[in-house]
Amino acid sequence: MASDNTKDKSKSPWNDPYADPYISIENITKKFGDFTAVDNVSLKIYKNELFCLLGGSGCGKSTLLRMLAGFENPTSGRILLDGQDMAGIYPYDRPVNMMFQSYALFPHMTIEKNVAFGLHQDGMHKGEIRKRVADMLELVKLEDFAKRKPHQLSGGQRQRVALARSLIKQPKLLLLDEPLGALDKKLRENTQFELMNLQEELGITFVVVTHDQEEAMTLSSRIGIMDSGKIVQVGTPNEIYEYPGTRYVADFIGSINLFDGNVVEDEADHVRIQSEDTDATLYIDHGVAVTEGSRVGVAVRPEKMKLTRNRPDQADNVAEGIIDEVAYMGNLSVYRVRLKSGKIVKATLPNLDRDTEQFDWDEQVYVSWKPKSGLVLLS
Amino acid sequence: MRAGYLPLGKRLTSVLEPFANSVVGRFVVSIFGALGITGRTGVISIPFFWLGIFFLIPFAFVLKISLSESILAIPPYSDLIEWGEEGLISLHLNFGNFLFLLEDDLYWFSYVNSAKIALISTFFCLLIGYPMAYGIARASPANRNILLMLIILPFWTSFLLRVYAWIGLLKNNGLFNNILMGLGIIDEPIVMMQTDFAVYLGIIYSYLPFMILPLYANLEKLDGTLLEAASDLGCKPIKAFFVVTLPLSIPGIVAGSMLVFIPAVGEFVIPALLGGPDTLMIGRVLWDEFFNNRDWPLASAVAIAMLLFLVVPIMFFQYFQNKQSEAS
Ligand SMILES: Nc1ncnc2c1ncn2[C@@H]1O[C@H](COP(=O)(O)OP(=O)(O)O)[C@@H](O)[C@H]1O
Ligand SMILES: [Mg+2]
Repeated sequence: MASDNTKDKSKSPWNDPYADPYISIENITKKFGDFTAVDNVSLKIYKNELFCLLGGSGCGKSTLLRMLAGFENPTSGRILLDGQDMAGIYPYDRPVNMMFQSYALFPHMTIEKNVAFGLHQDGMHKGEIRKRVADMLELVKLEDFAKRKPHQLSGGQRQRVALARSLIKQPKLLLLDEPLGALDKKLRENTQFELMNLQEELGITFVVVTHDQEEAMTLSSRIGIMDSGKIVQVGTPNEIYEYPGTRYVADFIGSINLFDGNVVEDEADHVRIQSEDTDATLYIDHGVAVTEGSRVGVAVRPEKMKLTRNRPDQADNVAEGIIDEVAYMGNLSVYRVRLKSGKIVKATLPNLDRDTEQFDWDEQVYVSWKPKSGLVLLS
Repeated sequence: MRAGYLPLGKRLTSVLEPFANSVVGRFVVSIFGALGITGRTGVISIPFFWLGIFFLIPFAFVLKISLSESILAIPPYSDLIEWGEEGLISLHLNFGNFLFLLEDDLYWFSYVNSAKIALISTFFCLLIGYPMAYGIARASPANRNILLMLIILPFWTSFLLRVYAWIGLLKNNGLFNNILMGLGIIDEPIVMMQTDFAVYLGIIYSYLPFMILPLYANLEKLDGTLLEAASDLGCKPIKAFFVVTLPLSIPGIVAGSMLVFIPAVGEFVIPALLGGPDTLMIGRVLWDEFFNNRDWPLASAVAIAMLLFLVVPIMFFQYFQNKQSEAS
């Protein structure tokens, strides 16, 4: 679902060491008193990216975004925008626009005036402003609401006004703070695609803050995962999902089954791990830079788990258990299986046919997965 | 129906619920119910009752006196209703007092002059009070409380004493003149007492808190992200003040101005103590009619006329407030 540029890796600027980043965040730290809201963050964002900052509430996403907009000054570090150091440059002089979490629409101005506000500041000709505003309102489908005040609109309409207002100056960089937070699920999904179309159409670099992992996966070219002020991993949605670097990331994005164990065999092309949670050893077909005997985690996504009534024909990556809970979701069935060790694992099976076999409560099953399905997590 | 009205009613209902469910409560509720008074009308009737007792009835007295004739008696006015023989009741309404107000220029001049003084004072209160309110609203929470305290502190002394204190400051051998002469800036004292200047100073000083407090309440609520949004869209801070902060603070400006203007029009103490004999203000004229001339009916007519005179700005205020509450 991620945008096209992730598929062709050679085209991705982040894989090209000679590509110039559009935004270069270098060792940025922001402290409020003793509290460190953003902790030594370095990040490169490229032109035409739709970059998502993802993380739990209070992890410093908004603060980082606000430093890009110029509302907060970094305690240390620097931000380069298109090669230019942004230190000491006021928000009103930055070629950046922001869509606020609360929308921050001017309550005393009509929708039209709100959208036109940015152009008025540039002293643009009245006729030209009128034309640009009309075009913009048409783009966000609000042409009939031009004369209304913000309080006369619904949440979704207000959000579109805020978007229109932040786009009207055709900024090179648009910052969006939880842009879809106030919308219901259906409207949210539609708007997500609208945003992506808009971004492609206008060729603007987007930096989006969100705490919604699904939204980040849908929208972004790359995701930066934040935790307590630090960036813990940066990657395409696919990389983040399939190769989470830490337990935190693995757990934050999608759901995950985690087995703890000791490395008993460590070769260049595989590792074997003995876990207390399973009788069989866990076999992973990629090498890891660890010594034998060290303690690691093995992560397996629920959709990569297989359920069978008979013991599958494999020595590793298999565990016996009893179905503890069943949730039929239509497109897939979600099973919680209690392993003999007492550990609960989650397996999601697609319902490929109308009569795809379903498992019952308390049924004895075997959970198994392939060597390339597991991932070793060191931290 | 106004937004916010229903939830308040509901909240009150929920607060009163435990009481309403008790035995005594149910008894009270059933009696009130029999009288056609339900919870909400009961609550709303309290302020109406209050206004009825403390505003409408005294007003009716004043209106009655204004329509009577001045006589030498205690009290010094005639009765409106006379009980004649054989059940004859005659009603004497004397509009002469009001006609007299129109005849004698003095009253008209005092009204206009009062309005002028009140208007100019309101303007200066706004000019001085706005930056102060803005500063307090922008101060850190700890400083904010100290500053608000300082605004309210003068109320702890009597208004009268504070006006008297100004005499000590302004008179010919008062503090200001002594300092200025001591520094050699002036040779002769500047006459400040018993001038219009002193009256303006007194009114502005006394009513400034009434301007600052509603303005502060308004500015403190101002959403800071609106200014960030303005800045983000290329608007510099000074311009943002005029296009965002100022228009959004109009309700505070209107409220503060009304709180200064309306009492300032009827102000009596300040012109009496600080003003000269030619500082005409309607409050003073009223006082003279009442105490010096003992012409209660005429004084009452002056009071009624002043009320009518002030109804216009009050209605404007009401209208504005309604419009505001509809908008939010
Ligand atoms: N102006 C401020 N003063 C003090 N603390 C702040 C300020 N702004 C944000 N913080 C704190 O910094 C942390 C990160 O905030 P924020 O960036 O808004 O988080 P989020 O990731 O939810 O957007 C929070 O703990 C917040 O309380
Ligand atoms: Mg936030």
